[in-house]
Amino acid sequence: MGAIDSLKAMLGAEPRRTIGVTQDAVAIHEAKRQVKGAQRAKEIKALHSGNKSHKWRNIRWTTLIVINLLFVVSFRLDIQLVEGALTASRVVGFHFADLNSSLQVMLAYKHILINLVIGTVTVLLLWLLFGGRSFCSWTCPYHLLAELAEMLHLWLAERKLVLNYPLHRGTRTVLYVIFVLLALVSGYTVYESISPTGILSRALIYGPGLALVWVGGLLVYEVFFIRRMWCRYICPIGLTYGFVGAISPVRVQYELTNCLHEGDCRKVCLVPHVLECTKKSYAEDVKVAIGPDCTRCGACVDACPTGSLKFDIKGLNKLL
Amino acid sequence: MSEPHPQPQAKPVFTQKTRREIMRSVALGGAVVGASLFGFFPVLKKWMPRLRPPGAIDENEFLAACIKCGQCVQVCPVEAIRLGDLDEGFGVGVPYINARDQACDFSCDAVQCVLACPTEALAHDIDKKEQVRMGLARLDKPNLCLARQGKGLKGPARGRGFKGLHRIESIDRWKPVKMAKYDYDIELCDLCLRECPIDKAITLEPMSDDPSDKRRTPVVHQACTGCGMCEMICPTEPAAIVIDIRRRWGDV
Repeated sequence: MGAIDSLKAMLGAEPRRTIGVTQDAVAIHEAKRQVKGAQRAKEIKALHSGNKSHKWRNIRWTTLIVINLLFVVSFRLDIQLVEGALTASRVVGFHFADLNSSLQVMLAYKHILINLVIGTVTVLLLWLLFGGRSFCSWTCPYHLLAELAEMLHLWLAERKLVLNYPLHRGTRTVLYVIFVLLALVSGYTVYESISPTGILSRALIYGPGLALVWVGGLLVYEVFFIRRMWCRYICPIGLTYGFVGAISPVRVQYELTNCLHEGDCRKVCLVPHVLECTKKSYAEDVKVAIGPDCTRCGACVDACPTGSLKFDIKGLNKLL
Repeated sequence: MSEPHPQPQAKPVFTQKTRREIMRSVALGGAVVGASLFGFFPVLKKWMPRLRPPGAIDENEFLAACIKCGQCVQVCPVEAIRLGDLDEGFGVGVPYINARDQACDFSCDAVQCVLACPTEALAHDIDKKEQVRMGLARLDKPNLCLARQGKGLKGPARGRGFKGLHRIESIDRWKPVKMAKYDYDIELCDLCLRECPIDKAITLEPMSDDPSDKRRTPVVHQACTGCGMCEMICPTEPAAIVIDIRRRWGDV
């Protein structure tokens, strides 16, 4: 998929299958077509005998917990390392401001606030460097809870106790526009009052409150009705950082050659539409960079039995 | 299992799936937007008028400009600032002060919360405590006031169980002390005036021309910043003197 198509897919369009594919890719697709089904099944079984890795998940969870603990510890022990919450903070004195929170504030308040602009640009550059939606999977405390809720959901779903009722992926785009307009028209930061990211971050740092009931309700809903509802279909923060991810050099890269097209990656992915290229005969090139909606969580990297999905930094290979 | 029925038309399953998805999306998206709009009720109905930290701009603008990060909470030496909860609607995560429990006594001297605010929701043009206007003190229950009854006070202002902090310069210039541990011994209660951090904000005036009449009444002057120190220190229950939130001098 081209850059425009992958942005469209992020906004909710069905991922397009690219027509023009490179000759190398065509050759590999053709070679794979020659392999007989029985032999292919054998290959797959042989590869699956190896144990599953949780390397990236462990690294990521550790990072997420450490980042959030830094906020908590800075306040509790008064060491002034990371002051504030995820919506806005000072990191060793430098202003940081969450992109979506600043957007809400600026739309509602309708003033250009210099400290906020500085903080927003800093955070923009930071996540531009680290992959955009990596904010979601590597920093957002709700993401971690939602992952645990998802495990429970899948466990129950396996036993036919719950069903998943997916929404249309365009929902998030519509809600994004609605929350932008609401902030602009009402003059209040409407989204902030229900943002589980802000609520959880503040609850961790300043102590729990009634607002956690809302977050708990969302998690329960995700367990029983809609797998990863908030992160997949609703959260405007994810979309904001998705745009940043569109031009970030850090991404997951797919390599067609060894892929057996079993779809393990799509099963664990928060946003499976970005992995469309892993379907058999879909990849337009031998190497495909995964699109902007990818949270760079590394679940697919862990899940892939053939090592066909790897973290990659654009341009770094050329430099080395 | 019975034989699956042959599909009469081409791919009706796909469209139905999409249609169901969209219907669910409209319902759930609507519910989320609806939930977010509940925030209007507490704000518009003014369910919970709150005393905002020093420098807070006009209430509606304040709710908009505040990025709900709590940096003001972190710098306050007496931990006077708290953050709003879900029942405050759009005031979720917005700082307020409950003066009776813990007032701002300006023990940081330089209005630290204002300096900490990244969005100027606490207006940066304030650099001295005297410029702050949070509200105005008012003698709410004159009959309770100890000074008006000519009474004094022995012991802590608010009892041994009170958790509030206050800087008392004669004890420690920098570190606030627990009010419960500080004993007063005064013949005529003048705590609102004695502990007021602002010069000439409150005075005690005689109640009659009789020089032997010990009774005095607290009078609030224009210098009052509305910090709430008098409301916190007032030893009567409930407080005889309170803060009228956001009232300005001359307001009715």
